[in-house]
Amino acid sequence: MHVISAENISKKYIIDHQRSRKSSSLKDAFSNTFEQLFSREKKDSDFKEKEEFWALKDVSFTIDQGDRIGIVGHNGAGKSTLLKILSRITDPTTGQVTIDGRVASLLEVGTGFHPELTGRENIFLNGAILGMDKSEIKRSFDAIVDFAGVEKFLDTPVKRYSSGMYVRLGFAIAAHLEPEIMIIDEVLAVGDAEFQKKCLGKMRDVSESGRTLLFVSHNLTAIQALCNKSFFFEKGQLIDQGETTHIVTTYLSRVSQKRLERSWEDVNSAPGNDQVRVKSFRILPEYVDNLIHIDVRTPMQVQFEFWNMVDQARLNLSLHLYSYTGECIFNVGTSSQPFDKGLITGALEIPGHFLNDGSYVISIMVVKDTSSVIYNMEEALTFDVEDYRENVSWYGKWPGYIRPQLNFSLRQTENVVND
Amino acid sequence: MSYRITIKAGGSEKDYWKDLWRNRQLLWILAKRDISVRYKQTLLGIAWSVIRPLMTMLVMAVVFSFIARLPGDPGIPYPLMILGGLTIWTFFSNAFGQVSNSVLINSNLVSKVYFPRLFMPLSAVSVSFIDFLISLVLFICLSFYYNYPPSINIIFLPFFIVLTFITSMGFGLFFAVINVRFRDIAQLVPFIIQVGMYICPIAYSSRLVEGKWFYKFYIMNPVVGIVDGFKWCLLGDNAYFDPNSLYSTLIISILALLLSVMYFRKKENTFVDNI
Repeated sequence: MHVISAENISKKYIIDHQRSRKSSSLKDAFSNTFEQLFSREKKDSDFKEKEEFWALKDVSFTIDQGDRIGIVGHNGAGKSTLLKILSRITDPTTGQVTIDGRVASLLEVGTGFHPELTGRENIFLNGAILGMDKSEIKRSFDAIVDFAGVEKFLDTPVKRYSSGMYVRLGFAIAAHLEPEIMIIDEVLAVGDAEFQKKCLGKMRDVSESGRTLLFVSHNLTAIQALCNKSFFFEKGQLIDQGETTHIVTTYLSRVSQKRLERSWEDVNSAPGNDQVRVKSFRILPEYVDNLIHIDVRTPMQVQFEFWNMVDQARLNLSLHLYSYTGECIFNVGTSSQPFDKGLITGALEIPGHFLNDGSYVISIMVVKDTSSVIYNMEEALTFDVEDYRENVSWYGKWPGYIRPQLNFSLRQTENVVND
Repeated sequence: MSYRITIKAGGSEKDYWKDLWRNRQLLWILAKRDISVRYKQTLLGIAWSVIRPLMTMLVMAVVFSFIARLPGDPGIPYPLMILGGLTIWTFFSNAFGQVSNSVLINSNLVSKVYFPRLFMPLSAVSVSFIDFLISLVLFICLSFYYNYPPSINIIFLPFFIVLTFITSMGFGLFFAVINVRFRDIAQLVPFIIQVGMYICPIAYSSRLVEGKWFYKFYIMNPVVGIVDGFKWCLLGDNAYFDPNSLYSTLIISILALLLSVMYFRKKENTFVDNI
């Protein structure tokens, strides 16, 4: 039985290039109308500045009862818009969705918590907002408190809660909903590792009890562990659906084609200056397991070629690797050597089992006489390292900037003999 | 119970009102939230809801009976006439102001979870209604103090309270919807309330206006009928009340409520795109 069937749903947004939507005011609306009334040319130019943007385009699918659907896609692929439509927060522009069953959607942890109210009051408020009735909340009250571990702070306003407690309480309430269909957006991005584990366990219980689950996450390990089927969204379209393993592989291979290579053929138009010009940058991964994406095990080589325009220049290269959030993971340099005019090639080996999963950015500098930077290419390359785990039944984000395999061992040194 | 729903463009549920009724507990909880949040972290707590209207009444009574002495209705203690108008006006203006802000201040809810959107203005009205009840009790106490107890007309009071509810919702809902897109409304509403206080018979009696050339425009203001009617209920037949002023109240307010509920329903599913 289909519990959700979507037929050709689309969602259009109008992007206003003219001015930010925030500052929209009646005056603007009036003056626009006047401009349009009195001047034809203006109307045309205004028209161009408004752009249609289809956050979702012609998406159709059906979901059966008991399906656990993982939804993957890049930022801006339309995942969140889809969840908003399914949870009735916004209307689709065209198309329609039929849903059979009570839906609980968790797009944010602790939706509607009021900071001034106590934990106890917020359980009732949030529960009601998520669609539980009072008797249901009363029945699961103790279980919620226990799950969140906030017994001592029940009568404290939640504004005094630590962010961890806040999130735990929010998730605990949502986890005790008993809807037929549950929609969850990226809630595992918050909370500590232990709590994430608890959440995933709870979600597995939900799905094993025959309820339907829709789960959006960037955490592919969690999706693989929880979901039997997956949807892959790109640019507002549902481009693939099927078994989770298959979808995750497709998704990862698309992601990794990002900017692994950049090159310029013509010396004169290549980036650089009158001392050096860049010919190419590339990352050459040695894929493991016949995959076509980089994961934490993959060794890779970073190669760069540039034209030196000055004879007898003493040059060296300096490479910075940044995490996506801007922290420098490392900086390495080559030795300084004299070069003649012509093409110079450099290569850096990054071993496998070294970087943690995440997105990385490489910047490259050409340095003259070990002191003056003659050319700096920021964000020359970007790449993603995907997670990979073996024999670990824990799906939280692996902490740390790097994830080296060090010699770390454990052995039994004494046996206690029981008699 | 089956929960089949269909989501499509521009269409709100066909059993919209049933849905509203099914979720009525949430309305109660939202209203309770708004009330209980107000006096958190105060020393006097809930006592404020009595102290505040009492202070306002005292200040108004002093100002209007000793300083700005406008002629009142004969035979009615002057402070009572002022306070009668003030009580119902405060209900109307609070409800109107809070309804027009209701969607915006709940934007965190609107953008993250579905619930019948009409609960936001409804809970705003309930909060002002609680305040009103407290002021009403205070007013009745004062009327005994002035030895001028409410007349038998008080049996019509619920009618005027319902009218106030309809009028404040009717106008407030419009503004609540427009406020989502255009924040100008937040600036405009306090101004409307301020002007309203002067064009309604709060600090004076409609008797002053009767017979003037603009009287027929004056009584077109739907709130005039409400304020005069309310005073008539509590202060008896000595209070000036022109039943003709109720025509406009009934027509304008009911029409406004119908139209604005339609407008609200049409726009409510796209609030989140503009908030």
